[in-house]
Amino acid sequence: MYAPYPENMMESIKKVEATRAQRMATEPRRLTADEKDALLKKFHPDYNPDAFAEIKVGPNKGQKAPLELADMLHSTSRLMTDNVDLTKVDYDVDVLVIGGGGAGSSCAIEAHKAGANVMIVTKLRIGDANTMMAEGGIQAADKENDSPVQHYLDCFGGGHFAAKPELVKRLVMEAPDAIKWLNELGVEFDKQADGTMVTTHGGGTSRKRMHAAKDYSGAEIMRTLRDEVINRAIPVVEFTSAVELIKDEKGQVAGAVLLNMETGDYSVARAKTVVIATGGAGRMHYQGFPTSNHYGATADGLVLGYRAGAALLYQDSIQYHPTGAIYPSQILGALVTEKVRSVGAQLVNANGEAYIHPLETRDVNASGVIRECEEGRGVDVPGGAKGVWLDTPMIEILGGEGTIEKRIPAMFRMYMNYGIDMRKVPILIYPTLHYQNGGLEITGDGFTKEIPNLLVAGEAAGGIHGRNRLMGNSLLDVIVFGRNAGKKAAAKCKDVELGEMNLDHVKAYDEELKAAGVETDHVSPLLLPHYARHER
Amino acid sequence: MEKMVNVYFFGKKYSVPAELTIMTAMEYAGYTLKRGCGCRHGFCGACATIYRIKGDNELKTCLACQTQVQEGMYVASIPFFPTDKRTYDIEEIKPNAQIMMELYPEIYSCIGCNACTKACTQDLNVMQYIAYAQRGELEKCAEESFDCVSCGCCSVRCPAGISHPMVGLLARRLTGKYIAPEAKHLTKRVEEIHEGAYDDLIEKIMQKPITEMEELYNNRDIEK
Repeated sequence: MYAPYPENMMESIKKVEATRAQRMATEPRRLTADEKDALLKKFHPDYNPDAFAEIKVGPNKGQKAPLELADMLHSTSRLMTDNVDLTKVDYDVDVLVIGGGGAGSSCAIEAHKAGANVMIVTKLRIGDANTMMAEGGIQAADKENDSPVQHYLDCFGGGHFAAKPELVKRLVMEAPDAIKWLNELGVEFDKQADGTMVTTHGGGTSRKRMHAAKDYSGAEIMRTLRDEVINRAIPVVEFTSAVELIKDEKGQVAGAVLLNMETGDYSVARAKTVVIATGGAGRMHYQGFPTSNHYGATADGLVLGYRAGAALLYQDSIQYHPTGAIYPSQILGALVTEKVRSVGAQLVNANGEAYIHPLETRDVNASGVIRECEEGRGVDVPGGAKGVWLDTPMIEILGGEGTIEKRIPAMFRMYMNYGIDMRKVPILIYPTLHYQNGGLEITGDGFTKEIPNLLVAGEAAGGIHGRNRLMGNSLLDVIVFGRNAGKKAAAKCKDVELGEMNLDHVKAYDEELKAAGVETDHVSPLLLPHYARHER
Repeated sequence: MEKMVNVYFFGKKYSVPAELTIMTAMEYAGYTLKRGCGCRHGFCGACATIYRIKGDNELKTCLACQTQVQEGMYVASIPFFPTDKRTYDIEEIKPNAQIMMELYPEIYSCIGCNACTKACTQDLNVMQYIAYAQRGELEKCAEESFDCVSCGCCSVRCPAGISHPMVGLLARRLTGKYIAPEAKHLTKRVEEIHEGAYDDLIEKIMQKPITEMEELYNNRDIEK
């Protein structure tokens, strides 16, 4: 018998197999609004009061943030001890884009198209970003039975009615154009023979509007954008972090201090407009969760922007993707795309019960997994963790033999590396830290309210998704708001007259920390997680 | 006591837990990675790595984040590889065999050694997609190369100096833009939006009070 799992897991699989035919005959019921609320309050990690701390200084003083983020906001700038000569300008540009992911790259392409002198600075390589890892797809209401208004309703409701209307409007109204733009750059979307886009549901969508490129959707978009940035000869300074924004006496942002990650040397970039496109925070491992995020997801942009005076929004709202890998340990936390459920797999507990609809919103499904595990219906994993099954063999039964290799080849490959054939056996999952729902607050045009020439795009921005993001709205957000930021930054730089560059805001922030009695021996932004184990 | 294995990072011996990947084993050994580490989940190709098992002469390639350590593994990561990407204007070029000849003429120097395919960390048939490119079969080249993560292990091993990931990328962009049929429903929706067909409707929904939005959301019909 084919048995790629330990004995207790194989025992549970027998129960999953025993109920499969009956489960496939009925779709699990959707929860009512009240049932969802009760589930979230009891089991969602955002409701764990011990995992948050009060922010002591700055625009969001008195509000709460995850402990690890609050610690970064309360930590010391590198430039309080390291001196940088701001009169020696190494890079002088119109638009400085901090971050080389989907938002940063889209932004740079549009700024370049608008004639601006634009430069990307990025901590790792261009494309080392969460965009590259997005698997399932990108939403846009472009089918006959769908409309941007329907998309608005799904996004706004799925985010618990907390999103900012002008941001949701831009997201949904510019979605079809974003898909068209990508397609015309050469992104190969899954299409039928007549050109019709192959679209599916995501959790919380009321129409099938998930466009995909197999389960390499983000990779296909990111590698195309990266190629276009290189074709346009847009300068990309890699392995270089922005460690602090520079301002002028008029309160404008005037550039950034950069740190060469390899040599430790600083340099200075002057810019008429700056776009923070630094992405998410999964590598902060809030509440000890594993993460689906890339190595550099450490909330750097939030720290830079906050110190410069820009406010955060919904910094206490975190997305745990319901289906992260929990076994085998080598892929702990890796994303198992929601598309696995879009194409038919159910969530099934240790007893073989489909305890929830597989396409509730992510916060609801994540809470459901946690409930099953906490209430004794999870499957034990060596090492002490628990998980529930994602019944992948259903996909082949529903879609026909070969569906898994055709529609979710990355997932198939990831598990086959460890001898697990998901066509034959289900896979075990548990929530993984996936997305920062909040971020720096922006206006409908993508600017921060406080600093007239500072923009934010992508995961670093807050307010687009309210308190829960739907699948496929993040790839969409990086393109829509990235492009928008590029156009707006290029237009704005024409009216910006920079004054004298200074770092007074960094000193003032440090004074505020001292006055508030906050002392940590940490330095922020984090830049890279501390994974190296040192014996001494 | 967890099972340990001996591995050699750049020739230096470390004892690490057997269940780790090469990447997490390096961190266990005390390395703070800067290069050679990106998404950590097999999508970005940053962690291209070569290794050889002690006593075995075969040189293997892998992604460090997707490969478990083994006893006697001699590991060297490839922090950067000078891939030779040619630049072009996607609006100007045409989807034909001549474009491959113009931009990547070295593909015609392929000697058929198949080292690229053997080196592929994604188990793609790399030599086959280069053959498709040579023949101007761009769609087939795009399909065969689709799962490429551009780690560059193929190019490291190629005696003809081909930058395979760049050839596949060009074929995919040409296929996506020019060869795949137009999504007419998409073109139509973009036009409708530009003509303002949804302007009033979107303004209206933006103005609705939360209670009404809750009502609408909780009772919306969901496509089967």
